[in-house]
Amino acid sequence: MINFLLKGVLRDKIRSVLSLIVIFLGVMFSTIMVGFMAGIFNDFIRVNAILDAGHLKIMTRAYDELSDMAPNDLAIIGVDSIISDLEEKYPELYWTPRIKLGGLVDIPDENGETKNQSPAIGIGIDLLSPGSNQAELLGITKSLVRGRLPESFNEALLSEEFSQKLGVDPGDKITLLSSTMWGSFATYNFVLSGTLRFGIPAMDRSTLIVDIEGARLALDMDDASSEILGIFKDELYDEERSEEIKSDFLGRQEMSEFGLLMIALRDQNDIGLLMDRADIYIAFIIGIFVFLVVLVVWNFGLMNGLRRYGEIGIRLAMGETKGHVYRTLLIESSIIGVIGTVLGMMGGLSIVYYLQEVGIDYSDLLGEANMLISGVMRAQITPGTYYVGVVPGLFASLLGTALAGRGIYKRELSQLFKELET
Amino acid sequence: MIRIFLLSALPLLYSGILLAQLPPNAEEIIKAVDRNLSARTTVLESKMIVHGRRATRTISSKSWMLGQEKAFTEYMSPAREKGTKMLKIGNRMWTYSPQTDRIIQISGHMLRQSVMGSDLSYEDMMEDPKLFERYNAVIDGEEIIDNIDCWRILLTAREKGLAYNSRKLWVDKERMIPLREELYAKSGKLIKSLRISEVMRVGDRWYPRIWLFKDELKLNSKGTEWIVDKIEFDLDIPEKRFTKSGLRK
Repeated sequence: MINFLLKGVLRDKIRSVLSLIVIFLGVMFSTIMVGFMAGIFNDFIRVNAILDAGHLKIMTRAYDELSDMAPNDLAIIGVDSIISDLEEKYPELYWTPRIKLGGLVDIPDENGETKNQSPAIGIGIDLLSPGSNQAELLGITKSLVRGRLPESFNEALLSEEFSQKLGVDPGDKITLLSSTMWGSFATYNFVLSGTLRFGIPAMDRSTLIVDIEGARLALDMDDASSEILGIFKDELYDEERSEEIKSDFLGRQEMSEFGLLMIALRDQNDIGLLMDRADIYIAFIIGIFVFLVVLVVWNFGLMNGLRRYGEIGIRLAMGETKGHVYRTLLIESSIIGVIGTVLGMMGGLSIVYYLQEVGIDYSDLLGEANMLISGVMRAQITPGTYYVGVVPGLFASLLGTALAGRGIYKRELSQLFKELET
Repeated sequence: MIRIFLLSALPLLYSGILLAQLPPNAEEIIKAVDRNLSARTTVLESKMIVHGRRATRTISSKSWMLGQEKAFTEYMSPAREKGTKMLKIGNRMWTYSPQTDRIIQISGHMLRQSVMGSDLSYEDMMEDPKLFERYNAVIDGEEIIDNIDCWRILLTAREKGLAYNSRKLWVDKERMIPLREELYAKSGKLIKSLRISEVMRVGDRWYPRIWLFKDELKLNSKGTEWIVDKIEFDLDIPEKRFTKSGLRK
């Protein structure tokens, strides 16, 4: 019977084409919408991960308790061996040390005395070790406003706004005042190599970036770091795998004060809450799409019902039961739904894939380059993009036909011949 | 006649006994504390034992102080601190670090930062030790501290802008030296505490030898011990000791 119905659907273009187009478009737009939202949200996640949170982050348990204060006296020691162990066990991630530091940046006059100074938030990043991709990953190169990237560990970058406030230019000497990880008074001279624009007011106000080795020398943190960040090599957050790695890693750590703690991205800065909310927003959008597609398909069903009024009447008059007619309509609609869904998903996924790989470059619209906005809007293929179209494609068309087909049961057999005469 | 004399003298005698039994005025106690702790000049050698969560460090230094206005400190050890110097003139402070050959002014929020990772801030170091001039004092009661009879004194700031709005002192009744102190913010929150576990006699005054400072806002802080190894009062210190050029020498 399915073959019979399939032939009917394929041969009667009026019966199938419009429904197919509606389902195809509904499924395709649902898929693109979910992929696009996932892409935008992932860009937000990516910035957070690369800059501060990592997809996974390691620190000591003691450091975690006071992490807002960047307590380097509680930093990780023996970082090199920890990172080689991580690279061996979890090669799908980049593992990189970071040092967070607070202190003052002091600018000397010609006598070496304070000319200007201001509190700074500093980050020690692995910029110079062979093979490090951190400068590229963080977008430091493209966000340079003046000067160049550091070429040695005693060179530093300042945010452009901060450098203006301090009155320094690339090539000038700046002194960092802070505390070593052992609590001693730390002063260290850097040469300003360049200035950056981050695109976040808080960071543009007072940020200092130095190579990790420079930070280690300044703060007496030999083979130590505040944190170790793990970032998936494709830069996309894999929540399931993150949880697996976290459980595996934590299972091998001691519970002492200076034992290592691994936290996933979603455990930090309410990102988990945002991720959950994003799922709700996506579900809401899908709900609206499904509703609209149901309405459209229902409308088509009603129109088909009118158009096929005579056909259904003859079938009923020839003795076909109402239930059988209703079921065949549902099967027809399912066939159209499956074909439309498959085509819609293929179309939607192709567009999402293109936007994932190439994206929409809107950097020209941004004016000044900055570090934290990528300038390319991207979508992302997620598990959701594979099944989200099924909902409007199959169920909406089925629901639309089911609602429209109720009219069959309202037909009175006694009136059929009278109706057919007209 | 004698009876009349005795009867008329009795009220006077009685009030004299009462006066002898009255506690000293809170301000007199604070002045006595100030007399013990302040001098025209002070030269002291000390060590600071900082109990961190990971390690304990001992930092030794020598300081020269001219009244409350000027102070100069040179750190002698460990190697990383050796040669670091600090100069205080009035409410300004500079530090010199031989590693960078820089004279840097400590100001703003940096004054609230810890000195060498200890429980003391630069602001604490710059503070005028004379309490009488800056605080109103009242006696809050008496208490036995480490088997020593003490006055409990409440101090409230006379002026705005002090690092601590109020203080609670337990002053040894006999030696007029504080054995414990609690320092509070304007909100009433306890910020720091200190205990003095050993007192020494220097000339005609008593002076704390072992202090334990504790930053009550630091989680899991074990405190910082400050041990005075040698102290001399009222020596002549040349004025040039307290100049910025002296920092580089």
